[in-house]
Amino acid sequence: MTLGTAHVQSVRSRPVPRSGHRSRQRAREAIIGVALRACAFAAIAGLVLIMLFVFRGALPVLFDAETMREANLTKFTETWMWQPVGDVPKYGLMPLVIGTLKVVIVAMIFAVPVSVLAAIYASEFAPSRVRESLKPVIEILAGIPSVVLGFFALIVMASWLQSVTGSSSRLNALNAGLALGLGIIPVVFTVCEDALRAVPRSYREASLALGASRWQTAWNVTLPAASAGVAAGILLGLARAVGETMIVLMASGNAALVSASAFDSVRTLSASIAAELAEVVVGSPHYSVLFFLGSMLFVTTFVINVAAGIFVDRLRRRLRGA
Amino acid sequence: MTSSTFAAGAARIMRPLLKSNRRDVAGTALSGVSALAAGIIVLMVAIIMGNIIFFGWRTVTWEFLSAAPREGMTAGGIFPAIFGTTALVVLMVVALIPFGVGAAIYLHEYARPTSRFTRLVRFSVNNLAGVPSIVFGLFGLGFFIQFLGHNMDRAMGLDMVWGQPSLMWAALTLAMLNLPVVIVTTEEALSAVPNDMREAALALGATRWQTIRNVLLPQAMPGILTGAILSVSRGAGEVAPIMFTGAAYFLPYLPTLPTDQFMELGYHVFVLATQSTDVDATRPLLYGTVLTLLLLTFALNLSAIALRSRLRAQLAGRS
Repeated sequence: MTLGTAHVQSVRSRPVPRSGHRSRQRAREAIIGVALRACAFAAIAGLVLIMLFVFRGALPVLFDAETMREANLTKFTETWMWQPVGDVPKYGLMPLVIGTLKVVIVAMIFAVPVSVLAAIYASEFAPSRVRESLKPVIEILAGIPSVVLGFFALIVMASWLQSVTGSSSRLNALNAGLALGLGIIPVVFTVCEDALRAVPRSYREASLALGASRWQTAWNVTLPAASAGVAAGILLGLARAVGETMIVLMASGNAALVSASAFDSVRTLSASIAAELAEVVVGSPHYSVLFFLGSMLFVTTFVINVAAGIFVDRLRRRLRGA
Repeated sequence: MTSSTFAAGAARIMRPLLKSNRRDVAGTALSGVSALAAGIIVLMVAIIMGNIIFFGWRTVTWEFLSAAPREGMTAGGIFPAIFGTTALVVLMVVALIPFGVGAAIYLHEYARPTSRFTRLVRFSVNNLAGVPSIVFGLFGLGFFIQFLGHNMDRAMGLDMVWGQPSLMWAALTLAMLNLPVVIVTTEEALSAVPNDMREAALALGATRWQTIRNVLLPQAMPGILTGAILSVSRGAGEVAPIMFTGAAYFLPYLPTLPTDQFMELGYHVFVLATQSTDVDATRPLLYGTVLTLLLLTFALNLSAIALRSRLRAQLAGRS
C-alpha cells in the first residue's frame, strides 16, 4: 500500500517536474545562505574564543588558591621585581609595564610626527610623481616582517646608536623604540593620508580662493577637517606598538629594570610572554601570569582599537555631511 | 645717532614687511619639514634594504636554498625552513579561504548592512585585525593545543598526537590572524562588480547562489587572489603566533604529517640572531635568511599589488 501511494505521488508529480526542482533548489539556496552566515559568524566566534581562552589561562591568578600563593594582584603591584624563575619567584608587573611604556613612548615620539608630516606632504605638497613613488616605499616598509626589523635593530642599528649616544647597554629602550617606530610608520601614514585625501577638494579651493597660501590651507583647513582620521591613525599605531612583539624582543635587551632613562635595557609585556612561554610548565603559576600579561595586552589594544573605530566613524560622518 | 637707535628705527620700518613675510617663512618651513619627514622614511627604507642586500646577496646561492643547516646551524643552508614555511602557508590558505570568502560574500551580498548581526561581524573583523600577534600565539597554545588537541587525544585514546605543537595548529592560528585580510579584500573585490551584472543574472532567472557562483565569483577572482597572497606574505613573516604552536628551533628531518613540527624562515631568523653559539660564523647565514625571507615576501606582495591595481583599473573603467 505504501509503495503504491509513493508510486502514485511520483507519477503525479512527473508532469510538473519543475516544482520539485524548484523546492530542491530553494532548499539548496537556504542551506548555502546558512553556510555563508556561519562563515561570517566565524569572525565573531574567533574574537570571542580568543577572549575566552586567553582570559581562561589567566583565571588562576584571580581564583586558584595554589597559584595565588605565588602570584596575585597584590603581588603584581607590590614587588617591583620581575624574577619569574628562582626559589622564590617574584611576579612584579611594574617593571614590565614601565618598560612597555618607555618603548612605546619613544616609538610614538619618533613615528607620529614623521608619519603625520609625511602624510601631509604626500597629500598636500608633493608633486604627483613624488607622491606616486612614495607609496611603494611605504608598502615596502609595511611588507618588511617585524622579525626583520628586529634583526636590523639588533645587529646594525644598536651598534650605530651606541656609538652615537655612548650608552653603556647596546640594546635599550631607545633602540627598540626607534625600530618599533619604523614598524608603525606605515599604519599611521596610510590612515592619515587616506583621511587627508578624503577631504573634499572644495575645502581646499575655497581656502585658496580666499587668499590663503598652500601651507595655511593644509594646516588650518585640511588637517582640522581630517583630524578624526589622523587621531584614528595615531591610535591604530599606538595599539600596534603596545602589542608588537618580535621587534622589542630582539632589540630591547630584555632586562626588567625600573628606570626613567631611555638608555637602559627594558623588558616589555609582549617580549616577556614570547621569551618565557616556551619554557614554562603548563598550568603553573608562571603560565597563568603570562596569560594574565596576554589578557592585559588584549584589553589594552582592544580599547585603543575601539576608540580608533569611533574616530573613523566620526570622520566618515563629517565628510559625508559636508 | 648711535647705532642702537638706528637699529630700532630700522626695525620699526621693517616690522610690517617682516610680519607679512613671516607667514611665508613659516609656510616654507612647514612644507620643508613635511618633505623632510617623507625623506626620512625613504632614507630609512633605503638603508635597511641596502644593508640587507649588500651583506646578504653573496650568501643566497642555490646551495644555500637547497641544503639543510649543518654544524649546529653555523653552516649549510635553509631548505627545511623554506619547506616548512611553504607547508605552513599552504595549510593556512586552505583553512582560511573558504571562511574568509564565505564571510565576505555574506557581508556583501546577503546581509542587511544595518542589522545587528552584520554590525557585530564587522566589529569583530575590525578588532580581530587589531589583536596583537603574540596574543594569537597564547590563544593557539591555550585553545588549539591545550584544549582541542588534548581533548582529541583523550577521546581517541591516543598519547600526545594532537595535543602538542604542530604544523596544523600553527596554520590554524595564522588562519585566524589573517581572516580579516581575506574578508576585507574579498569585499573590496565584490563591490567592484557592477550591480548591472547582479541584476542581469537575477532577471534571467538565476538564483542568488547561481548569480554568486557564475557571475560574481569569477569577476571577483583577482580580488580574492589578492587577499590570499597578502595573507600568505603576512603569514610567512609572522613569528610570534607560531613560536609556541609549532615552529621548531631545529629539526633533522622534514615534516611529513600535519601533526609534525616544522622549521620556519622568520623563526629561523630569530633563532640565528639571538641564540647563536658562534656569532661571526652565523652572520652570513643570518643575512642570507633575512634576504630570502624578504625576497619571498616582496615577490608575494608585488604580485598582490599588480593584481589589485588591475582590479582597481577594472573598477575605474566601469564607473
